[in-house]
Amino acid sequence: MATQFAESGTDGPPGRAEADTSPLIYRTKLPVRIWHWVNALSIFVMLMSGMMIFNAHPRLYWGVYGANPDHPWLVISHRGTSGFVQLGGFEIATTGFLGYAQGVPYAFPPLVTIPSTYSLADARQWHFAFAWVLLISATLFMAYNLVSGHLRRDLALKPEERSLSHLWHDIKEHARLRFPTGEAARAYNPLQKIAYLGVLFVLIPTVILTGCTMSPTLNAAFPWLAELFGGRPSARSIHFLCAFGFALFIAVHLLAVVLAGPFNELRSIITGWYRLPKERSK
Amino acid sequence: MSGEINREKTSGLILPAERPTSLVTRRNALIGGAGLLLAGCDQINASPTVKSALNLGEKATHSAQRLVTDRNALAQEFSRAEMSPVFRQNGNQNPNTSEYNTLAANKFADWKLAVDGMVAHPLQISLAQMMAAPRRTQITRHDCVEGWSAIGEWSGVPLGLILRRAGMSSNAKYVVFHCADSTGGIPYYESIDMIDAFHPQTILATHMNGELLTVGHGAPLRLRVERQLGYKQAKYVMRVEAVASLEGIHGGGGGYWEDHRDYQWFAGI
Repeated sequence: MATQFAESGTDGPPGRAEADTSPLIYRTKLPVRIWHWVNALSIFVMLMSGMMIFNAHPRLYWGVYGANPDHPWLVISHRGTSGFVQLGGFEIATTGFLGYAQGVPYAFPPLVTIPSTYSLADARQWHFAFAWVLLISATLFMAYNLVSGHLRRDLALKPEERSLSHLWHDIKEHARLRFPTGEAARAYNPLQKIAYLGVLFVLIPTVILTGCTMSPTLNAAFPWLAELFGGRPSARSIHFLCAFGFALFIAVHLLAVVLAGPFNELRSIITGWYRLPKERSK
Repeated sequence: MSGEINREKTSGLILPAERPTSLVTRRNALIGGAGLLLAGCDQINASPTVKSALNLGEKATHSAQRLVTDRNALAQEFSRAEMSPVFRQNGNQNPNTSEYNTLAANKFADWKLAVDGMVAHPLQISLAQMMAAPRRTQITRHDCVEGWSAIGEWSGVPLGLILRRAGMSSNAKYVVFHCADSTGGIPYYESIDMIDAFHPQTILATHMNGELLTVGHGAPLRLRVERQLGYKQAKYVMRVEAVASLEGIHGGGGGYWEDHRDYQWFAGI
């Protein structure tokens, strides 16, 4: 950075100097931006109302049945005012975060649930209403991906990106927080593509299908759903793991936005316009 | 039927009491700010406009489920090997009224199921008559709205058979189940539409896992409406009523949980 400042002269803030030299490109098309925000809203409502639904029975099982007398693989609960998480045979104290927090004995605290006070009925109303938003917007976006070529052109890994050595190089670059610059920043980088493809083709379809599997009516209509996931309690576990996957994606996604320059990234996902980061001088 | 009903009274915004009051810590400020945010969110949640918008989602869900599901599609049935080792009880576990206790003490020999409302021939069916009637036995999964599932074997008389015997009017739209149990003085009841009433797996069960129903599981008669959630599976059924509308019956929502806890009437998901 120091050399860049020297090159661009001594007067004016460095940001302005950079802006003068690197081009602003139209990178994010309108349908992508619309879907991003509609999907972001629905995922947040689904996660928060989903955590309230989980609070009603904070235990997960594998198999075709699973209730209090059976063996859960995950429990988020409390003894008195001590919260804990049991994962298999392990137990960790989580008072103040999970199991018991903000003075209430629920798996997930009021801060992160919709609604904030216990109501399974209201949480279900939010969850199922926004499930429609998620389903419809994801279906439309998937159609757009195929028709517009966004999938083939921007999301699919290029042949040269598919080699392990290339991916390993990209992982090392990410670990060093060195993101693509210049012309290379016009396109998504391989790890970024894999993350987006994972959300689009793994997390969203799996979360929708496991959600449907938990419906006794849809179970009667499509018995293969429960077979596919190994039973309703298993589907519920996978549904929860998908939710965890979304939460993980959001954390990494937001971290990457902050590290790559939040102003430029936000401008790109709101207006479509993106300033290519300057080539590294080395 | 859902379990604990007192939980909803707990407030979500209690700050830990042991926190020092003299210091405005960053953590407290954060919790305070979050509290304001939560209060805003809860206002959204309580708004009638939002509630009716979310209800549109529920209507869409109900219609979509009816649309994609064959009206006679059977709920999955299981083998004996797949049954829950222990089938937990849920909801009210004993009506504990003097009338019910008298009936139970006599092993329900004096109990009779009333079938009335929009029927040509109102019926009074004894337990012995229920035992003698044609029956269906099915091993199915009970899915609680809370998220747990248990698999058990249910045996009883198909509801459709009883409704036909009573000569139900074609103008009837719902079947209401009046129960012996109550919560805080409010009686339990449930209702289903004719698609579910005449579904082959919809039975009035007298037996569970090969034995007469226990008091905990709804003796002497429990509704099984297999393609819906647990709170529709009314226990302690005393009276079956055919009606054209749910209006005027208790709170008009079609069931105890629907009236008092805003649970969806169609419990297909």
